[in-house]
Amino acid sequence: MASRLWIVLFFAGTFPGAAFAQTEMDAIMMNKTQFCNGFMYGYSSWENYWEGTFKRDNENLGRVSTQSLMYMANYGITDNLNIMAGAPYIWTKASAGTMAGMKGVQDISVFIKWKAITKTFGKNRVSAFAIGGLSTPLSDYVIDFLPMSVGLGSTNLIARGMLDYQRGRFTITGSAAYVRRSNIELDRDSYYDTELRLTNEVRMPDAAHYQLRTGYRGKYLIAEAILTNWTTLGGFDITKNNMPFPSNRMNATMAGANIKYTLKKLPQLSLIAGGNYTVAGRNMGQAIAFNAGAFYAFYFGKSKQSN
Amino acid sequence: MKKIFIKIPVVILGIVAFVYSCSKDINERTDNAPALNPAKTDINAGTWKTILLADPTEFPVGAPSATTTPDYIAQLNEIRSFQQDLSQDEKRAVKYWSAGAVLRWNEIMRELVAKHNLPPYQNADGTYPVPNANNPLAYPQFPFANPPYAARAYAYVSAAQYDALVAAWHYKKLYNRSAPYNVDATINVMIPRSDLPSYPSEDAVIAGVTTELMKLLFPGDQDFIQLKAEEHKRARIIAGANVRSDLEAGEALGKAVAQKFVARARTDRAGTAGGSAAIWSQMEQDCIARGEAPWKSMDSPARPPMLPLFGKVRTFLFDSLTMVTQIRPVAPPSTSSQKFIDETKEVLYYSQNPTRERIRIVHAWADGVATSTPPGHWNSIAADDFIKQNFSEVRWARNMALLNMSLMDAAVVCWDAKFTYFNPRPSQVDPNIKTLTGLPNFPSYISGHSTFSGAAATILGHIIPARANDYNEMANEASLSRLYGAIHYRSDCEIGLACGKKIGGFAINRAKTDGAE
Repeated sequence: MASRLWIVLFFAGTFPGAAFAQTEMDAIMMNKTQFCNGFMYGYSSWENYWEGTFKRDNENLGRVSTQSLMYMANYGITDNLNIMAGAPYIWTKASAGTMAGMKGVQDISVFIKWKAITKTFGKNRVSAFAIGGLSTPLSDYVIDFLPMSVGLGSTNLIARGMLDYQRGRFTITGSAAYVRRSNIELDRDSYYDTELRLTNEVRMPDAAHYQLRTGYRGKYLIAEAILTNWTTLGGFDITKNNMPFPSNRMNATMAGANIKYTLKKLPQLSLIAGGNYTVAGRNMGQAIAFNAGAFYAFYFGKSKQSN
Repeated sequence: MKKIFIKIPVVILGIVAFVYSCSKDINERTDNAPALNPAKTDINAGTWKTILLADPTEFPVGAPSATTTPDYIAQLNEIRSFQQDLSQDEKRAVKYWSAGAVLRWNEIMRELVAKHNLPPYQNADGTYPVPNANNPLAYPQFPFANPPYAARAYAYVSAAQYDALVAAWHYKKLYNRSAPYNVDATINVMIPRSDLPSYPSEDAVIAGVTTELMKLLFPGDQDFIQLKAEEHKRARIIAGANVRSDLEAGEALGKAVAQKFVARARTDRAGTAGGSAAIWSQMEQDCIARGEAPWKSMDSPARPPMLPLFGKVRTFLFDSLTMVTQIRPVAPPSTSSQKFIDETKEVLYYSQNPTRERIRIVHAWADGVATSTPPGHWNSIAADDFIKQNFSEVRWARNMALLNMSLMDAAVVCWDAKFTYFNPRPSQVDPNIKTLTGLPNFPSYISGHSTFSGAAATILGHIIPARANDYNEMANEASLSRLYGAIHYRSDCEIGLACGKKIGGFAINRAKTDGAE
């Protein structure tokens, strides 16, 4: 299932994080002609945020929460080549102050995950992956109303490299991605970032994304601890008591955990749950996030036993 | 099957390469504004009606040296030496400043307003610090360039630029010293040629008058402002447009005229517009005594109202008696009336039923924190149109002065009404009303956006009649944006717009009699 990472990354909060199996950030592949799809619900909220590097709260926002419902699908073109896609509907809300919440369909993301190399050394197995993806807004949602906006509006191109090590049921997976972000357009015809810009177009800095995950990978149960970092390569800090802006230097490091359980009596069905907490950040809410979902998998055409 | 493993990464790499080749560079609207090439030199502008100057000779400008003197010839050679081996940055500066001095300094002002348009962060005890003009770089930086502050700043700078240029035009015609490229045909010229006498330099007048006023208005940004002024003057020499003595005379004139406006600004009552806790409380008590629900700050912690005595500031286009008797709007619908209840329900409707198009309108006109404010937005609209009109610098200044005096007077009229009536915001009356833009921290009636926009659209429609309908439509949209954003009642918007149009009418009366038409 495609991750919500690229599409739900913004100040408001549903910072990705919990990365669910299977995402473009894990080492799990669908088999050839296997199709998996389902829904994931997410709830994330924060009260404190980093205004630049200054950590504060804001009584005019209270607790800012984001809910999302995302449809995700993953298909095995071959055992080593998967294509996955997803799109969420998002609601935002502030518990205090007068700012109205926003809602809407956000970005669609499509990834191609290629398991390029697998090498086995005795009990050890190492795999290398190359992943490419694209995300782009599915609706004309409001960008320029952070932290209530449902997204940042850029079309993103993502290139990721990933290494997975497995010894028995123990696994460790690391990946790094470069995110090329397109410029975006606001509803207003000028804005101030570090100077006055007489245009509605905003130059979005690119970003890097890193993830390290480790844990148990069994046939029915997968349980992992996940450390994720998003670093914006450029951008500017929110100035004192200013509002956040899409091209801010948004950085965050999140620590979380994720469990996937496949039902023994109905192996087509798997349940997923996870959570994460933002342990460090910049121009970002210190969010705590929870997610849960259910996915159903089956084969198109001639069926093949799952390995 | 193996082939696909080769193809896929190739395709991905291809997409990546393609996207990388797309430039992220941004073209701003006036980056490539053409060099100013006035249709008319307005050679008689020295006779136009000034605003504060008693007459154009109030600050004398000495006669220039003749173009045959060694002194002048040395100055021509200075141009030639500047023009050797121009760097890219020097060429950029020439191109930038050739678009017009009034335009570029107006943009610089808007930038400074946007930079400083941020409400102070609260103290630990829940009170709010106040910016201090004598210590502008300490937090909170001075100024907090909110809409009234900005309106006044734009007005003073524009009015002073205009008066200074009227004086400059007087001396241009009097001394009639030609531009260097007309004196010596071998001088390379990088801007459109003009028959306008170049002494004193209009560019230096504008740089001088503006930097001098900026010391008062943006005292913490002097490094930035002085660098701009140096680049501006240098660009004029590099362009072959002025010799040094044109610039020196112009700058001195500009600085002298500025003092007249600085003196007015120091006594126009803006300095005390913040009021005091006793005054804020009295306004609330007076409102209760009238039987009305008083405005309360919806900020948390509660923030003192924005410049509650700005309605007492000296206006430019009419006196305070005229304001109170002819322009001040009638009282808003009583907070206990059915009309008020109905209008509040209408706001709730817009709060709960936003459409994408209405949100676009709200945000296109929001002009909230960290923007150049609604007056700055109308300056931008005007500037974009004036670029196409081929105005002379003095006519640019005159039109900007008319616009910005209207906008400042609109701020005064609007703030007078807001704090005379002290009417609550819709979100205060009905907590279910959530807003689609920031809720301003001052009373509701009348809408500032509506007052500003009515005034601006009216005077701009007089200046460029072919655009009058467009300006009116913009003003209507700006006005309604505040209802759509759920921060104003319909009465605030409609009465505000009408008040603004009245103010614009005073500007038109001035325009008709200032000698420029």
